[in-house]
Amino acid sequence: MNSNHKGSLRRQRFDLSSAVGTGLTAGATMLILVILAVILGNVAVNGFGQLSWRFVSTVPEKDFFEPRSAAVLPMIVGTSVRVLVMTIFVIPVGVITAIYLTEYARAGSVYTRIIRAAIANLAGVPSIVFGLFGAGFFVQFIGGQMDGLFGFSEAHWKKPTILWASLTLAVMTLPVVIVATEEALRAITPGLREASLALGATKLQTIIRVVIPNALPGILTGAILAVSRAAGEVAPILFTGAAYYLPDLPHKLNDQFMDLGYHTYVLATQSPDIEKTRPILYATVLVLLLLTFSLNAVAIVARARMRRQMRAGH
Amino acid sequence: MPNPTITSTVHKNSWEGIRRGRNSRPLEWIAERLIFGVSFSAIAVVFLIFIFVGKEALPIFLGQTDSRAIQSIIPAADIDKTPPDVLRKYLGLDKVQFESMDRDGKKDMMQLREDSMKEMPDSVRNDPDATNNTTSIRFLVAPHQWQGYDQPVYIWQPVGSIQKFNLIPLLIGSLKTTLIGLLFAVPLAIGAAVYVSQLASPRTKEWVKPAIELLSGIPSVVIGTFALIVLASFFQGIFHYQTRLNAFVAGIALGFAVIPLVFSIAEDALSSVPKSYVQAALAVGASRWEAAKDIVLPAALPGVFAAVVLGFGRAIGETMIVLLVCSASVVSWNVFDSARSITTTIAAEMGELVSGSPHYQILFMLGTLLFGVTFVTNLFGDVVMHQLKRRIEGKK
Repeated sequence: MNSNHKGSLRRQRFDLSSAVGTGLTAGATMLILVILAVILGNVAVNGFGQLSWRFVSTVPEKDFFEPRSAAVLPMIVGTSVRVLVMTIFVIPVGVITAIYLTEYARAGSVYTRIIRAAIANLAGVPSIVFGLFGAGFFVQFIGGQMDGLFGFSEAHWKKPTILWASLTLAVMTLPVVIVATEEALRAITPGLREASLALGATKLQTIIRVVIPNALPGILTGAILAVSRAAGEVAPILFTGAAYYLPDLPHKLNDQFMDLGYHTYVLATQSPDIEKTRPILYATVLVLLLLTFSLNAVAIVARARMRRQMRAGH
Repeated sequence: MPNPTITSTVHKNSWEGIRRGRNSRPLEWIAERLIFGVSFSAIAVVFLIFIFVGKEALPIFLGQTDSRAIQSIIPAADIDKTPPDVLRKYLGLDKVQFESMDRDGKKDMMQLREDSMKEMPDSVRNDPDATNNTTSIRFLVAPHQWQGYDQPVYIWQPVGSIQKFNLIPLLIGSLKTTLIGLLFAVPLAIGAAVYVSQLASPRTKEWVKPAIELLSGIPSVVIGTFALIVLASFFQGIFHYQTRLNAFVAGIALGFAVIPLVFSIAEDALSSVPKSYVQAALAVGASRWEAAKDIVLPAALPGVFAAVVLGFGRAIGETMIVLLVCSASVVSWNVFDSARSITTTIAAEMGELVSGSPHYQILFMLGTLLFGVTFVTNLFGDVVMHQLKRRIEGKK
């Protein structure tokens, strides 16, 4: 089919405007790929030389701008913990919402339209607004209520904590999980559901035993995308949990934490000697990229493969 | 004989005969209610964001915030003459705090206010601006001739005894960086979308599309750092500008963040145009480029437009890139001057603020403004894409 078009194109007279148009759009595509390559290459080339086992496995001293003692262990721990806690909240809620949308909701109903609009909207809310929301809702309101409930006289929960940062990120990544799960659920052929129902399984049994297991790779893809998105975000945690410096690793949910992304920002803007800090800045960015970008790459490749299989299957 | 309850649910539910009411399968019914309940969370969250961000900004919108440096003083000796309600507002307490405080505590607070007013330096006391409420609408949007200036100016300077909250520099900063970003990103992203969806061979498409999507996986703080170190010097070498970190660099870096979004949506819209359109065009002798330009692009135009609008929402809400690259608030449309965007202002100034102070409320107002703008762009984009797909599917 496609080669036929190409053949017919070649037999035509040479058309300058078509050649220019194709060239321009191909050039735009190339330029985007070059931008991607330059950013990744720049970070890799400048970062790998600075990376060492000591850098990722020790707690830095107070002056973390000093290249000899700079390290990122607390930031790796902080970022990982906040993302992990986020996953615990966002995956169940996101997956169940997606199940409602694909398995239960009527396609054209007003309620379904409103949910979809809300999800689309949530996906586009600026991350700094999530930060304000987290500060106003989780820290001030929920935190204040919890302190009152448990009778704490000092602020135990009405302050920035890991939990509040994680919940803020959970709210932010909810649309990512919903959309990915929905896609995975829709990719399952109706025949599979019908077969299960025909054998006498109830709708709930069908969803738990047939639909979810088959959609698991897609759900996992959504989870990875959410994790990689959240791991690199800084704005939502600025007022909900990130700390400039802490001598200890966090060990309670109401501790503050150090964060890779926020630390990158601090290194890039607050350093007394930019030239001296640059190597550790690059190394920190590389660690952050390895954490977020590698996950993202896995998710996108998995998703592309899933789509191809889906097309082949139908 | 078909059971009437089953037939009545057939049109609602594609899974015929499964729903038999709550009595026959209580577990199924409970599960369905629970799932329905959880699905409400997305809507609830949007409402909560609106309420809890808007709540802190409400006093600004209602004109209740008072940022005057010199405020009228109720002498501590008058504590018994003042009505409790007036006293509570004067001390800035909520009802619970007010009830839990004894008379001496309140009197101490009043005394403190009185003393701090006495200790105010004369330079502030004699400043005519000290009696102005700088959070009123006139001071937020109109220029004002502050003490020591020889003409009315727009200034965002929320520190010091007289806080200046003019929003115009921030609006200009946000629009300037966003427009530069879009001017750079939109042609590239749409060009790439046309190429990938219409002109590229399937094999090229298979790896180029995920590769461009990968760009969205780079955290904005990384793009910002890259712009700060590499991009700023690179463009300085070309344009020889004075301010190394300026709105142009920030805008281009914003473009990097916007490209994958605009590309994905535009590509989606272009791909949803039926193949038969292209085939018909090719059959009458058009080249693939002509088919893409004259047939597919016009058919998908609403979707491409939605992509640009959503890109605008993404760019104006982006925080870390602009925060890293530039932050000085200046009133200038020159692209090689610095700029301070709304998002940058919130991120940089929120940290140490006392909750409920005028500055705090203004920042939440900026947040509400951003939320409003993105709410409208998202809703618009969603509706346009929905209608486009329905129209194309209807024609198929």
